[in-house]
Amino acid sequence: MSGDNEETQRAEETSMEEKDVQDKVISPEKSEEAKLKSRYPNLGNKPGGSDLLRKRLQKGQKYFDSGDYNMAKAKIKNKQLPTAAPEKTEITGDHIPTPQDLAQRKPSLVASKLAG
Amino acid sequence: MAGAGGGNSDVQWCFSQVKGAIDDDVAEADIISTVEFNHSGELLATGDKGGRVVIFQQEPESKNQPQCRGEYNVYSTFQSHEPEFDYLKSLEIEEKINKIRWLPQKNAAQFLLSTNDKTIKLWKISERDKRPEGYNLKEEDGRYRDLNTVTTLRVPVFRPMDLMVEASPRRVFSNAHTYHINSISVNSDCETYLSADDLRINLWNLEINDRSFNIVDIKPTNMEELTEVITAAEFHPNQCNTFVYSSSKGTIRLCDMRASALCDQHAKQFEEPEDPNNRSFFSEIISSISDVKFSHSGRYMMTRDYLSVKIWDLNMESRPVETYQVHEYLRSKLCSLYENDCIFDKFECCWNGNDSVVMTGSYNNFFRMFDRGYRQDVTLEASRENSKPRSVLKPRKVSTGGKRKKDEISVDSLDFNKKILHTAWHPLDNIIAVATTNNLYIFQEKLN
Repeated sequence: MSGDNEETQRAEETSMEEKDVQDKVISPEKSEEAKLKSRYPNLGNKPGGSDLLRKRLQKGQKYFDSGDYNMAKAKIKNKQLPTAAPEKTEITGDHIPTPQDLAQRKPSLVASKLAG
Repeated sequence: MAGAGGGNSDVQWCFSQVKGAIDDDVAEADIISTVEFNHSGELLATGDKGGRVVIFQQEPESKNQPQCRGEYNVYSTFQSHEPEFDYLKSLEIEEKINKIRWLPQKNAAQFLLSTNDKTIKLWKISERDKRPEGYNLKEEDGRYRDLNTVTTLRVPVFRPMDLMVEASPRRVFSNAHTYHINSISVNSDCETYLSADDLRINLWNLEINDRSFNIVDIKPTNMEELTEVITAAEFHPNQCNTFVYSSSKGTIRLCDMRASALCDQHAKQFEEPEDPNNRSFFSEIISSISDVKFSHSGRYMMTRDYLSVKIWDLNMESRPVETYQVHEYLRSKLCSLYENDCIFDKFECCWNGNDSVVMTGSYNNFFRMFDRGYRQDVTLEASRENSKPRSVLKPRKVSTGGKRKKDEISVDSLDFNKKILHTAWHPLDNIIAVATTNNLYIFQEKLN
């Protein structure tokens, strides 16, 4: 009886040792994943999932509400409206976007340098 | 070591020309976004982020210089798309040209399709080398003549003039795409073409711009269930009923338009089985296919994902017949490539004229060629340092191990801002066009 227990114990230990060896040989991809997760612990487990894809589908979205803008202008009267910090790419919440925040895209009137 | 070439392992590549500004300060508008030869190879079109198209024409070979094929010089340039703002959806629409596709030439004029995120345009490029002279009622400069001075009648005649190349938009195909257009492809029937966005593919008739047929729709009823998007689509080169589209999950679906009007049911699905033990956070992202191209023969298709190029036999869906590693050394850099967004870069790929060699771009202004027959590959660099006329390009090597040999470059020294996303191969000759960020390089085979 006790002999059997010893044998199973030894078998478990060997298989655990094998697993240890396997863990040490991690693919470069998995070690990169570990690095990423240590930097961003809140990263979800579904990288290709809907969040990433929906961000991709929403490219180009700009928010400007002329009603909010005009009301804010009326309130502040002669003062200037606060402009967004240059790093902010999305304008949401309390900040009232102004036309300056949405950089006007002028068409390229200059000829391409490839044709120069 | 010899370069890779069309069936002959001794092809060496020489610098021929470079177009674009030399200065390092690159304006956004000058970023090249697409490169495409026409069907004869005589014309080479580029599109940029500023919505402009520049077309180069090959000079006829001169008898004085039999050792090189003609140079490409500017033929026409025009503003194809302009920035727009969709007020209803609060959406800014970039003028960047995503793709250019040439129509096969049917008459003296040339036609191409160019597209940005939302609108496709058919452009006619025509030459004018004669003009009518001798009007009865107008002077040569256009002013109307005093009728009292008109005493005789004459027939206006055409006289030669300096060549003028005019580009005019013949059709505008708009309002058919909710999402961003990534591909256009002209059908072999020369009457229809497809346009694909992230979730839908539409079929158009080149003559009719006020309606299109939706042939693929993968939008789920509930957007929360979205798992994959369409990344590229192309018509088969000679079967007008067949097209393929690739996805962000690494699958390619082949559809037959004879089966039904809506091709949501694929006829074939090409997918390489994945080893579940190797799966990581990055697996799906790097398996996303950025480009799909049929071979000229129509027997094979090639796909490009982040780290490799795969050749598929259309008769075998279970796995690719050939896989070529473009820059496997990046696998141990995926964390930083994810952080700087480079992991989302969309590289294109192309075939040579006889389908024996394939080419794709990489970082540090490197590009790679894989000779399928000779099983050789080569890494070359597009740089102004190798831009002496007809100088042979030296193969480059990235050192992966600890010891870096002389002339090798280490992975950490690679410049990830210098990416070659767009390349094109002349349909008949060994002439290639390689786009760096804002310069266009043309390389030719060394002819003795």
